[in-house]
This record gives sequence, structure tokens and C-alpha cells, in this order.
Amino acid sequence: MELKIGDRSNALKDHGRVMREHFGIRTTGEQYVIALAGNPNVGKSTVFNALTGLHQHTGNWPGKTVDNAQGTYTYRNKSFLLVDLPGTYSLLAHSVEEEIARDFICFGHPDATIVVLDATSLERNLNLALQVMEISSKVIVCVNLIDEARKKKLSINFIELQKELGVPIVPTAARNGEGLQELQNAVYTMAVEKKKTRPKQVVYSEEVERAICTLLPKLEKLDLARVVNPKWLALRLLDSDISFIETIGRYAATQNQKIVAMPQQGSKITL
Amino acid sequence: MSTLTPIDPLLKIYSDTESIRLSSGTPLADRVVTDIFAYTEKLAKQVVLREDTVQCSWKDKIDKIVISRVFGYPLMLLLLGTVFWLTIAGANVPSEMIASVLFAFQDVLTQWFQLAQAPAWLHGVLVLGMYRTLAWVTAVMLPPMAIFFPLFTILEDLGYLPRVAFNLDNMFKKAHACGKQCLTMCMGFGCNAAGIVSARIIDSPRERLIAILTNNFVPCNGRFPTLIAITSIFMTSALAFSQSLLAAGMITLLVLLGVAVTFAVSWTLSKTILKGEPSSLVLELPPYRRPKFGAVFYRSLIDRTIFVLRRALVVAAPAGGLTWILANVYIGDVSVIAYIASVLDPLAKAIGLDGFILMAFILGLPANEIVIPILLMSYLATGQLTEFGSLFELKKVLLANGWTWLTAFNTMLFALLHWPCATTLLSMYKETGSKRWTFMGFIIPTALAFTVCFIIAQTAYLLGLA
Repeated sequence: MELKIGDRSNALKDHGRVMREHFGIRTTGEQYVIALAGNPNVGKSTVFNALTGLHQHTGNWPGKTVDNAQGTYTYRNKSFLLVDLPGTYSLLAHSVEEEIARDFICFGHPDATIVVLDATSLERNLNLALQVMEISSKVIVCVNLIDEARKKKLSINFIELQKELGVPIVPTAARNGEGLQELQNAVYTMAVEKKKTRPKQVVYSEEVERAICTLLPKLEKLDLARVVNPKWLALRLLDSDISFIETIGRYAATQNQKIVAMPQQGSKITL
Repeated sequence: MSTLTPIDPLLKIYSDTESIRLSSGTPLADRVVTDIFAYTEKLAKQVVLREDTVQCSWKDKIDKIVISRVFGYPLMLLLLGTVFWLTIAGANVPSEMIASVLFAFQDVLTQWFQLAQAPAWLHGVLVLGMYRTLAWVTAVMLPPMAIFFPLFTILEDLGYLPRVAFNLDNMFKKAHACGKQCLTMCMGFGCNAAGIVSARIIDSPRERLIAILTNNFVPCNGRFPTLIAITSIFMTSALAFSQSLLAAGMITLLVLLGVAVTFAVSWTLSKTILKGEPSSLVLELPPYRRPKFGAVFYRSLIDRTIFVLRRALVVAAPAGGLTWILANVYIGDVSVIAYIASVLDPLAKAIGLDGFILMAFILGLPANEIVIPILLMSYLATGQLTEFGSLFELKKVLLANGWTWLTAFNTMLFALLHWPCATTLLSMYKETGSKRWTFMGFIIPTALAFTVCFIIAQTAYLLGLA
């Protein structure tokens, strides 16, 4: 007898809890975990403060958020735990911050990840959003600092952007509280109502896509799909990111123990 | 079916991929990144409409000046000097006002104690010890902080700090340290303990240690009042414009000296016990943003000024009481404080200070803010002067106790270079997790302070200058 899907997702849920604790995050009962990612200095902490009402230090220099700050807020009678990840330009793990952010989005199973972008330099910021979308489909893109973009006479076609990315886009000016209601709403829709998104993926050059195609069948045999997006894993293999490969191995190992540890009577576990 | 953990097959695939990775001309990892960039570029072009690019170019023009080779350094000096000048010039009047109000209240308190027929020792410990120290700390510290912190916060919010880091990056590289150390150094101006915690932004452990060990060489706000008080007392006899300018120049020079020492010590460390090459720094210059008045006000006054003042007061009250007791308990016919001072005196004289000053620095270990108040307490408790009306009369107190220009100068140098306060040492221990490095963080500045002051004092004595 195969392990039922429901059991697996239960195990996964349980595992999410363990991993969250590993990241120093404790949720109380029915609480949704929302990760907040973004490039340094895009007003991530301002968004965090505006949502949680906390006074996490904000300042106009990159890198001042060194810890994972956490805060809670309530929206429509649901409690949300917001985790402010360190600001990073990418998730390719060239630094400790990137590793923390990547591992949390990948293994912490947040109910939604808000990626905060700077409206005045979308091109560079979209980078991170696309990388997060490769890992998780539960992504909300918050285009912050639209007040500055307006001042710079930049106009952004948000409808087009949403169509191109396939995830909800919320324009905000967190300093003035603009768009925060919509952001909370988007988080609610994704985390509580479990509305699905269809994130569009980066189309790589032929050479890379071909390499991915040769790797995918092998990876799919490992049945890691519930742990990590196989395409993303293939990309990391091509990156020769050995530290991440090891993390995956460790994670998968603990998760297997988790499943083995609570087999139902007479059930056979297929891995 | 297999019960194997997937780690082994995954690693096998990983080694299999080696051939794919090597087969292509350009490394595939680079291709992946290039592809993402190309994709985002296309996407951004599609959705962003730039109506007018000329509009925002004034910011680039400012940057051409702010981070230029020619104007970068002079502008930094000018800004630093201006901040100090505004602080010194602006703090004098409110300092005196606060002092006169608080000391007038001391007389009221004394009357109440007399009415209640309280014992003299109780009045001594509570009023002459604790209250008077609290009054001094408030009068000496509050006004400079209430001016300095908002100014500093405005510069921070404007986005000037990363530009300073950009300007100084080359210097740090020459010292074989990380350019981000500049940001931790700037944080140190607020509080060295905060500066040390902020060293977490430095990735390389070697460079982080260097940043932690040298953070103490920029004067924190606990030591600024000491520097400002002594410069104002010794350089400004009146509120003349030129005098306060001179004082600001003096403080700027001292801060520059502290920065120079930071470079020198960083360089020495990376050539000796912390060998290594400097890592490169990718620093994004954030856009200039207009500081939000409310945020600046809240952070500089509530988060910083009040926080620091409260910390100082918490330490100052017991320290003031203790000092009063030490000054009024006698062994034979010498008070304990005078006895300790006389023991320290030979060592202190050799470095151009006196026993009381050195003792004040030692008692000031919990918080540097209380050094000057303790010093005055011990002078006043043993000397003839017991009351004074204004801060300018402090000069009389100091002169009566044999202060010369050398004493003033070396006290400032010692304040700049000496051991970190207890909170800072504790942060060092927490951040490094090592008693050895914490000890290094203590001994390096201490040794340096004694050496520098010794050389200056001996040179001055030898040349008959003091």
C-alpha cells in the first residue's frame, strides 16, 4: 500500500514546522508564515514595520538588517507571522545572507513569500523575484517605492507585469502606507484561501535548457519533487553549488526519517 | 524501492554533471546568470515606460561631486566639522540652562533633607553623590546628543553613509580590511556596542574580527561629551564664534586621529595575527532620499538620545553614590578616593594625566559617559570648591587641580583610545564567542592609549612645554 497523499502532506506540514523552528520561528497554532524577501535597501524593513507596527531599525544603507526579524499582524481575524529575511540581490548563495534567505524560502515552507522590489530599478530587482519564483509558486511581488518612481516620471505597466510573471503584483509606497491594504489582501488570498498562481519561468538559452533536459529524468527518479522544484535543482547542479546539494541531501534525509517515524499500521513506505 | 537516503544518488548525479559543466565553452553557471539578466532586461523594457530621463540626473550630478576623487574627502571633512560645530555651538546654552535648573533644585533638595532632619551621610550619598552626578550627566550629555544624533540620522537617511564607505573603500583596502568596515565605524559614532554588532554585515570572519577590534577607536556618544566638554572648557572662554569653530576643528582632528588609528591597527592586525587579503566589496549606492521628519525625530531622540541617556543615568546614579562614599570615608586623615588617586598618581603622571583622571576612567568602565562627572565629583569632594553656578566654572575646578594644556590634551587622547566600556566588551564576547578576542579588544586600545599618552607627555616634559 502506498502512503496516501494526505499523509505525505501531513508529514510535509509537520516538517515545515520543524524547519521553521530550525530558523528560530515559532508559530502559535493557526498562524500563517509569510517570508519577506528583497534586494537590500528597497524599503523591505519599511514594509515590515508598516505591516507589523514594529520599529525595526530602518536606515538608508544596505545591509542593516542582519537578523531575521519577525513580527505578527492580524488581518480578517487571521494571524500572520512576517519574517524579514536579509536583503539579497540573488539566491545563488554567494554570501551568508543569500544562504539564509534561500534556505528559508526553500525549506521553511512559508505560506507566501513577498518579494519587495524597488520600482525605480525594476530591471535589477526582477532578478531576485524570478529566482524566488523558480523555488516557490506562492510568491507575491510587491513593487515598492512607487512614489519615487512617479517622481522620476517612470510609469510601470502593472497589468502587463502581472501577466508576464504570473503571480500577484501589488504596487506600494510603504512609507506613506499606500497599497498596504492590497498587499495584506493578496497575502490573505494566497495563504488562507490557497489561491494558486502560475509563475512564469525564465527561459534559458538553448545550451542551458538542453543540460536541464538531460538532468531532469535522473532527478525525477529521486522523487524529490515535493522537497524542491526539480528544474531549480538541475540549475543548482549546473551551478556546481555543492553546499546546496548537501543541504538538500540533509533535508531529504531528515524528512524521510520523519515519514518512516510515523508509519501507519501495515503500510508500506515507498521512497 | 530503496530505503537509501537520496543524498548518495544526488551526489552521484552531481559528479555526473561535471562533464556537462565542463563540456561547454563558457561556464554554465555564468550562462545561467547571464540568461536571467537578459530575461529581466527584456521584461523591464516591456513594462517600464521612462517618460523623462533628464529629470533625475541631478542626483547623478551630486554623486559626481560627493564621491569624486577631488571633492570627496574635503566634503567629508567639511560635513564632519559642520556637524561637530553645530553640536558644540548649539549645546553650550542649553547645557548651562539645564545645569542651572538642576543645581537650583539641588538646593531645594538639601532644604528638604534639612527639614526632615535626615542624617548628613544620607544627604551626602543621595544628594551630593547620586543627584549631583545625575544632574551633571544630564547637563553635559543631553544637549550635545540631542543635536548630534538628529544630524547624524539625517545624514544616514539621506544616503550619505554608503558614499562615505565608497570614498574610504580604497583606504580600507590598503589597510587590508573590508570596505564595509566603514559602515560599522560610522555606527560606532553612535555606540561602539552597536558598531560591533553591525560588523555582522562583513562576510569574511577575518575582516569582521578586525572591524570588531578596531571599532573602539571612533568616539561613541558616551565619549563625545567628554571630548566636547574638555575642548569647550579649555578652548572657549566665551561663546565666541571663532572659539566654537576652533573647538569643532579640534574635535574633528581627534576623530580623524581615531580613524587614522583604526587604519593603522587594522593594517597591523592583518599583517600579524589576522593575515589575509582584503575581499572585494560590492556596495550599492542607494538613491538620495529625503529624510522623513518623523522617522528622524523618533529614531534620533527616542531610540538613540533617550536610550543612551537612560543607560548613562542608570550607571551614573550608583557610581555617583559610590564616589561620594569613597570621597568621604577616611583612612587616617586621607579619604579613600585621595588614597587611590595617590596610588595611581605616578603611573598617571607618566602619561600626562593625574591619579584622579585615571581613577575616573577606571570607574567609568560601565559607561564612558560618567567619566567627567566622577572626575568633578572627586575633585570637588576633596578640594575647596564645592558649589558652582555655570559650566564655565568647571575650568576653574580643573585649573585649581593643576590641569595644563597637556592634561587636557592627553585626557582627550586617552578618552579616544582607551579600553572599551563594559557593554562594548560584552558585545565583543557575544559576537566573537571568544574570551581571547575579547581580551584582545581590551588590551590593544589600552596599550595604545598608554603608549601614545606616554610618548606625548614625556616629549612635552622633556622640551619643557608643560
